[in-house]
Amino acid sequence: MAFLRGFGSYLPSRVVTNDELAAACEVEPDWILSVSGIRERRYAAEDETVATLGTRAAQDCFARCGITAADLGMIVVSSGSPDRYCPGPAAEIAKALGLTTTPALDVPVASAGSLIALAMAAQFAEAVGPVLVIGSEIMSRRVERTPEGKNTAILFGDGAGAALVDPAQGFARILGHALHTDGSAAEILKMEDRHLHMDGGSVILQASRKIPNAVKALLERFSVTPEQVGTAVMHQANLNLIQRVAKVAGIPMERFPVNIDKYGNTSSASMLIAAAEWHASRGASPLSGHLLFITFGAGLNWGALLAEPV
Amino acid sequence: MDYRPGILKVLHAVAGEEINPEPDESLFSSGLLDSFSLPDFVSGLEQEFNVKVPDSDLSARKFDTIEKTEDYLVDKLG
Repeated sequence: MAFLRGFGSYLPSRVVTNDELAAACEVEPDWILSVSGIRERRYAAEDETVATLGTRAAQDCFARCGITAADLGMIVVSSGSPDRYCPGPAAEIAKALGLTTTPALDVPVASAGSLIALAMAAQFAEAVGPVLVIGSEIMSRRVERTPEGKNTAILFGDGAGAALVDPAQGFARILGHALHTDGSAAEILKMEDRHLHMDGGSVILQASRKIPNAVKALLERFSVTPEQVGTAVMHQANLNLIQRVAKVAGIPMERFPVNIDKYGNTSSASMLIAAAEWHASRGASPLSGHLLFITFGAGLNWGALLAEPV
Repeated sequence: MDYRPGILKVLHAVAGEEINPEPDESLFSSGLLDSFSLPDFVSGLEQEFNVKVPDSDLSARKFDTIEKTEDYLVDKLG
């Protein structure tokens, strides 16, 4: 068995507004808002790295859950924008947390990586103990703030999120997950030459079909109706996409926590940052229904994870 | 079979405008479609022509113009 025990997050302090970005990309600020739902995003400082952001999110998660790094049985770190390919940020984060023997694995999958890491954590927790999942991204270094790069530059921001998966205690029990990969469309969304390349129309077309299908199949597998989903935490890629998924999946939009207006798309960090904010906002009140995590990204990789109130 | 009237019927319903673009005019550049109306356009085509567009064909380039959409349907339906 595996339980969700808590979350954490870290957002760099520098706020980049649509006004600032619009000037560099030669577009109107209102256009950015209308096509994405984004008002501002955060950019990491020059001396910050994917590992330092991830470490700050981990420390926030420890504080919220009342544990220390020594309590961990494993760390799984998702990032599609690591500063170094190998070894990736997981080892660096473990070192920063003072751990020298705890296994720390990288999941270099970008947006869908934190859900894959959560699913892995749920499988490992009973064997190794509490597993810390981190999604950390510095996407601002992977886009070009120019008129030619506007379609990606307007969307992405930096940040890190964390979740603690525990084998014995938590506020929600993880029931299961659905993970999928379709490499035949890998070219429409990829990190190449240290830059993000995206065929936005095709990505939305693929996501609009694949995500609802995965959600419906997962809910059916556990005999959970869309009405029984109390909260659906989805990768914050685009407000329009979240609204479309809510409609097609039959889950009311008000059950989807949304913070994309403040942080933009922070790739694999976004779902965990949204979860951390949602979890902090509800205080000690019990879950109102099942908890669903939903994601989609490069690979293509997509899927969902379902948990029930304890 | 002439697919164009059916394509335009779906396009008009999705775009909310009775505009008939040139056959080779980009539906995106002309503002008739965007990333978020494209899925509705494709599902509208599926219903109109009783055809299933598989995930492997979910590429914006295949439906960028009336001409490309016609080519796609001819390829699928003959």
